[in-house]
Amino acid sequence: MTLQHFMNEAISPWMREEGPDGDIVLSSRIRLARNFSEVSYPILADLDKLEGIRDFFKEQYDHQSFEDYEDFAFIPISDLTAVEKRVLVEKHLISPHLAKHAQAAATLISKNEQVSVMINEEDHIRIQLYFPGFQLNKALKKAFEFDDWLEEKINYAFDGTRGYLTSCPTNVGTGMRASVMMHLPALSMTKQINRMIPAINQLGLVVRGIYGEGSEAMGSIFQISNQITLGKSEEDIIDDLESVVRQLIGHERKARNHLMEQSGTKLEDRIYRSYGVLEYSRIIESKEAASCLSNVRLGIDLGLIKNVSRNILNELMVLTQPGFLQQYAKKTLTANERDVLRASLIRERLQLEK
Amino acid sequence: MKCQECQQRPATLHFTRVINGNKTEVHVCEVCAKEKGYMTYPEDGYSLHNLLSGLFSFDSTKVGSHQDHTFQQVHELQCPKCEMTFSEFKRIGKFGCAACYETFAQRLDPIFRRVHSGNTKHFGKIPKRKGGDLHKKKQLEDYKTELQDLIESEAFEEAAQVRDKIRALENHQGDSEAGDN
Repeated sequence: MTLQHFMNEAISPWMREEGPDGDIVLSSRIRLARNFSEVSYPILADLDKLEGIRDFFKEQYDHQSFEDYEDFAFIPISDLTAVEKRVLVEKHLISPHLAKHAQAAATLISKNEQVSVMINEEDHIRIQLYFPGFQLNKALKKAFEFDDWLEEKINYAFDGTRGYLTSCPTNVGTGMRASVMMHLPALSMTKQINRMIPAINQLGLVVRGIYGEGSEAMGSIFQISNQITLGKSEEDIIDDLESVVRQLIGHERKARNHLMEQSGTKLEDRIYRSYGVLEYSRIIESKEAASCLSNVRLGIDLGLIKNVSRNILNELMVLTQPGFLQQYAKKTLTANERDVLRASLIRERLQLEK
Repeated sequence: MKCQECQQRPATLHFTRVINGNKTEVHVCEVCAKEKGYMTYPEDGYSLHNLLSGLFSFDSTKVGSHQDHTFQQVHELQCPKCEMTFSEFKRIGKFGCAACYETFAQRLDPIFRRVHSGNTKHFGKIPKRKGGDLHKKKQLEDYKTELQDLIESEAFEEAAQVRDKIRALENHQGDSEAGDN
């Protein structure tokens, strides 16, 4: 697999499949933090030790396959341009930290982009595995299998009492962060989500808006993940997360029905206006684009807008990020130039649907 | 960083105080710490650690030169492998290597409890290859808990089955050990 392959498409191949509860849960992710037992963690280790780890991954795993995850591409971060790094971050294949600060950093990505391994991030190894829709258990099963496959050749830092030993005390134990990405437009419009977030936090789970800074969620997309990694098994952590996500799905569906019944015309107006903006605007900022995309996606889910694929939200959310726009333009763009290109890309993409 | 009391000398002592869940950080120099009574502030683990510190080889070199500075010994708890000190660990909030868990073991429980809702022990996955005996141990523990539950609920037939499983596992353990030898 070549780097170009990951750069060209905004949407990862695995995202094209529709997952369970795919109208609300966009994706499920399992992340496992692992370390080599004999090497200090990246914050303290000597550069040559970290380079040793990086080279080990290149030798052992470049072009290898594991089950459905074929043809892993080994990519040293230092080989990437600033824009290419940004694109991988926007596709959630690597973290901003790996792109910017890590030494001897690299990534290993499967052809279908379902599995990515970050090398020498905060921990030596960070495994990420994605599934479309709401499939945490399946993702965990696959992540464990992949983890076992890596462990065949690697001595993990593990302790019978503390579990997997990680650089940060917040990851020790399972080293697992399970998360789901949810589209919650009705709960956002009715502001119900603001009351729910503190309650969810009390249960040891974290809610964050992804895309956009701080607590503000661009495009009504939220990420829910576990906070605790020690003292509970991975399965129990996922059960807890799952039950909260189930409830959120229920509330979101109820809120959507309620909105349709109580203020159907208003909602319809909002959705079609957004559709109009996306279809006709010549300049559009990322914030406005995100909010319109979210509304259009809701319109698709509610059956108001037909003949537009659901994937359009995931795809255009990534495609219209600054890094991707510049990758597309093949040059650095000013903010204004980006807004123009964003509008034109969205128009083109919607034309494709017709 | 300057001492927050006198604003003159560099702060050499760093405390984190948790009172009713409110965390405050104190950065003071040694002189002010003594004056303001920070040095006598009772904190979990200190007394025990002071008792034991003389026994640890990595501390013994320092005990000699800092006999009168009891607090210094505590802050110079240092990982023999990556040289991370405990105060450095507390400052940046990251371990330097896997051995740090061993080095700071005595002082980690309160930290883990705070971060992980009161938990200090791992209950999840065990590495397939490296885990080896841990898998059997965990399986045995699971069976024993199950057995206890079954006996308490007077489900003796099922209990007998679980007991047989435990026996089989224990025998198997013996076999494999014999085989290895």
